[in-house]
Amino acid sequence: MKITIVYFAALREMLGVSREEVELPDGVARAGELRAWLAQRKPVWGEALGPGRNIQVAVDQTLADAATPLRDGVEVAFFPPVTGG
Amino acid sequence: MSRVITVRVQHEDFDLARELADLRVGADEAGAIASFVGTVRRSSSRGEVLEAMTLEHYPAMTQSSLEAIAREARERWPVLAVCIIHRVGTLRPGEQIVLVGVSARHRGDAFLACEFIMDYLKTRAPFWKKERTAQGAYWVDARAADTAAAERWQAS
Repeated sequence: MKITIVYFAALREMLGVSREEVELPDGVARAGELRAWLAQRKPVWGEALGPGRNIQVAVDQTLADAATPLRDGVEVAFFPPVTGG
Repeated sequence: MSRVITVRVQHEDFDLARELADLRVGADEAGAIASFVGTVRRSSSRGEVLEAMTLEHYPAMTQSSLEAIAREARERWPVLAVCIIHRVGTLRPGEQIVLVGVSARHRGDAFLACEFIMDYLKTRAPFWKKERTAQGAYWVDARAADTAAAERWQAS
């Protein structure tokens, strides 16, 4: 399936990308699987998205978690813990 | 006639008195108006002199996120009207960042709903603050106290 991924704040700065479209491989069907797949790209991706890092995820503009399933055409957002208000 | 839920994400400053007055329009049964205003402190989160704070947000999500929080407040308490205004962009010390206003028949519900909305906004609404000081610019870290504050509402 093809999805859009957006990155915000310190995560965007660390990775150097704000938005991308990716074709997911078989076996990547949930937000947590996507994060683990991205973390394998290059060392900085592992540092940014690795299991020890506190990263939040939204799917189609709704807060999600690792178990949230992905569908073709969704927008997934990864970001550091929010600091509004 | 004011709407039951008013949510705005904007660069411009807001007029507190006017927004609270708008909350009361159409809420004839409101005996209580509770509000919170968040402002930019003069010192940064690291204790230095703050030059400016920039608020980034996720434009496709901020409006719906705040509306969902407002709806949940209305489900939990008998609230008449809710107003949430959150600014984005670059702000200076002393400026207003956020307004939460709630009207209800009685003050207990208004106070609780207002606090709930702020606690959920602090942990769920997609905004991120970057502070600029003489030492440079850095992203503010989320605070454990905010997470704890939001979690209390899940037990109740």
